[in-house]
Amino acid sequence: MWKYILKRLLISVLILLLVALIIYALMRSLPTSYVEAVARQKSQQPGAKSYEEWLNQLNEMYNMNGNIFVGFWTWLTNVFQGNFGDSWHYTVPVLDKFNDTIWVSFIMGAIAFFFEVIIAIPLGVIAATKQYSKTDYVVSIIALAGISLPTFFFASLLKLVFSVKLGWFDLFGLTGREHDMLSTGGQILDYANHLVMPVVTLVVVSMGSLMRYTRTNMLEVLNADYIRTARAKGLSERKVIYHHAFRNTLIPIVTILGGSLPGLFSGALITETLFSIPGIGFASYHAMVAGDIPFSMFYLVFLALLTLVGNLIADVLYAVVDPRVRIA
Amino acid sequence: MKKNKNQNEEPQVNNASADSESFSLNDDRRVKVLSPSMLVFKRFIRNSLAVTGLSFLLLMFLFSFVGGLISPYSEDQQFYHTVGQVKDVAGIAENNDYIYAANGDEFAGAVQSYARLAISEGSDTFQYRDTTYTLTKEGKDFYSISLNGKNIGIAYIDLVNPVDEGQTFSYDFIYNALKAYAAETEVAEGEEPAAEETAAPAPMNFTADGAEYTVDADGYIYSGEEMVAYIDRYVTQSILPDFVITKDFREALIGAIDGKVGSDDFGGKVTLNYTDENGKEFKYELEYDALHEKWDVQQDTKTTKYYRYGEPDSEHWLGTDRNGMDMLTRLMYGGRVSLVIGFVVMIISTLIGVILGGISGYFGGWIDNVIMRLVDVFYCIPTMPIIIILGAMMDEMRVDPDIRMLYLMLLLGVLGWAGIARLVRGQILSLREQEFMTATEACGVRVSRRIFKHLIPNVIPQLIVTCTMGLGSTIITEATLSFLGLGVKYPYASWGNIINDVNDTYVLTTYWFIWIPAGICLLLTVLAFNLVGDGLRDAFDPKMKR
Repeated sequence: MWKYILKRLLISVLILLLVALIIYALMRSLPTSYVEAVARQKSQQPGAKSYEEWLNQLNEMYNMNGNIFVGFWTWLTNVFQGNFGDSWHYTVPVLDKFNDTIWVSFIMGAIAFFFEVIIAIPLGVIAATKQYSKTDYVVSIIALAGISLPTFFFASLLKLVFSVKLGWFDLFGLTGREHDMLSTGGQILDYANHLVMPVVTLVVVSMGSLMRYTRTNMLEVLNADYIRTARAKGLSERKVIYHHAFRNTLIPIVTILGGSLPGLFSGALITETLFSIPGIGFASYHAMVAGDIPFSMFYLVFLALLTLVGNLIADVLYAVVDPRVRIA
Repeated sequence: MKKNKNQNEEPQVNNASADSESFSLNDDRRVKVLSPSMLVFKRFIRNSLAVTGLSFLLLMFLFSFVGGLISPYSEDQQFYHTVGQVKDVAGIAENNDYIYAANGDEFAGAVQSYARLAISEGSDTFQYRDTTYTLTKEGKDFYSISLNGKNIGIAYIDLVNPVDEGQTFSYDFIYNALKAYAAETEVAEGEEPAAEETAAPAPMNFTADGAEYTVDADGYIYSGEEMVAYIDRYVTQSILPDFVITKDFREALIGAIDGKVGSDDFGGKVTLNYTDENGKEFKYELEYDALHEKWDVQQDTKTTKYYRYGEPDSEHWLGTDRNGMDMLTRLMYGGRVSLVIGFVVMIISTLIGVILGGISGYFGGWIDNVIMRLVDVFYCIPTMPIIIILGAMMDEMRVDPDIRMLYLMLLLGVLGWAGIARLVRGQILSLREQEFMTATEACGVRVSRRIFKHLIPNVIPQLIVTCTMGLGSTIITEATLSFLGLGVKYPYASWGNIINDVNDTYVLTTYWFIWIPAGICLLLTVLAFNLVGDGLRDAFDPKMKR
């Protein structure tokens, strides 16, 4: 088991290096004129460094003049020293900006994840137990509609209905106008109020796949021989489904949920941008659009890392949760 | 299928040889056997959700590909409409106060007020701080002030206005011009009763700053043939850069407002119909601004504008968009772009995925290892952020919209093959152990043929399902990018960039017809792809008991 984990870990590190190399190569192949234009623009921001300083720092950080592998190595040594450079767009060290924004994203993601799980799994189970019934169709259609719904369209609809027509929520932002004057409890409520629409968007758009995954796996389990045995024994349907079937369905579900945990840190690029929630997705979207190379590079590598960790967790959990799986 | 055919070829023989009915292989006695594809089709047809999805898809294809041909408008045809618009074009004010111009330093503020006093009293001299100044009346409302016989300044009401705005005149010019004008008008007034044939007196010449000018009885000053200034107590100023106040128009304006202020029937507004030298008729509204004592000249014009955000009507069923283009037509062409991009991307991904997955699954060993690590790498590359970065770069570099679209398809295709490769490889791993593969090996079939003729066709059902579902998500990805303004660009339409307009909150709240139809098209299409994919999966699965 440990050997397996170690092997997977080593492979993951190798893959991460390769991905980082590809991302590095991509950033390097951005046309010089573009980089210089952006640096010139950014140097005119208040409090920014001068044009030469930006370019010098960029060269130092990425070793643009050396060959690509040497440059990558320079970048890597910098990264291992915890130095991701200074963001051009935010004119602070990349890690500072990251620290400022990541928790907003994480909290929003966690809330959405919680609702997603408590809505999607029961619905998936119900749909599977009543296969081809009306309930099943409704659940399937909701799930498919959720998958098919473009985030930006759904968010715009929510905004139109709930902020413009009904006026329940603000259109943008994480805090209201009087946020600073509120008491601590009021501030928390203010945050909660502003998070309702983004969380609803996230939940609706992402719960479809979990719902279908649950349904498919539950169906598979329900067709298994031991369920027939359980029924033949004369167990109540309730016991068969929630005791025998559902527990077995949990194996793949826990695996996939564990695998998606790191994703909570990745931030919701589109949703955060649409609702101007100052999370990592919003911050990096603006950095990327503004051509902020240090921040974009950091974000890309960070996302790759999260994906790898997610896969690793899923694989390890699969082996841990299911006693039948034995890996040499 | 093959068996059926063989039997069909020789029913006569069978009939002849069989004696009894029970051995007959007549058509009516044969057990009906469906081909596998027929079975799949039957199962698919029975799935009402999938059929609904398929009909949606057909509708969308018709809408996008045929609709564009039927629509009377083209993709980027702009519509215009004329709107009546009242524009401020000029201002006109009457000057009733003395203006002072100093020649040297001796005609300062306090002296000016004493001069004003002297003018109202009608005296020839005035004193200020033990100094005696001489006031000379040079013409109507025009005085010159001198000290010890030296001219130090003038006071006047009739202004010397430059034709070319922003130009300033020297003291010498103003003084001489006014003097010449005063002489001119005096001559004219004096001669008028005497000789009628000299109704238009000869223009007066004067010299200022070493240049020759002439001034006529209307106060217009010429330098040779060119008019440089005019003397008048009305000041006109053009507000619009391209609005030129001609001499004729000025006179019409002055005629319209002359004596209006203070008269009984004055309502604060005067209208003026004026025909310019080209015979074009304009309607002007002159509004008196009492606070600043000036008139605002407003032109009633018909302006042709883009028919921006036109409401839906019989000509434009879904209204017009920000650029004045027909929304329904844009929607059709947008669907075309979205669907084509979806298909091209899927074809690219599938090609790469099938080739690499097939090779990986068939050969196994280190080849498999290398390719699978490559798949892992591509799995980890965050597609959306990379395209956002490249999109922003292409924005900055002003890449052509055609080329952008090409890049977008290539990028999405190249970054999206990993899942398909994994699927193909997984299937082939189990398929290659089966007997038919041993048979192909025994027959000496080439390796490439073995992979692509014998293994891949067995993966096609799963491939079709994955691709159908993948089409939906590709369309969403493309739409999201276009929505962010980093995918398909104007003048091309895509459902995503049509919805882009909601970034303007005013559009979001006011013009539902701009973005809701595009969103519904998008939702329906992707939903249809998913429904069909789902139906196909069920139909292909022989274990499904329905």
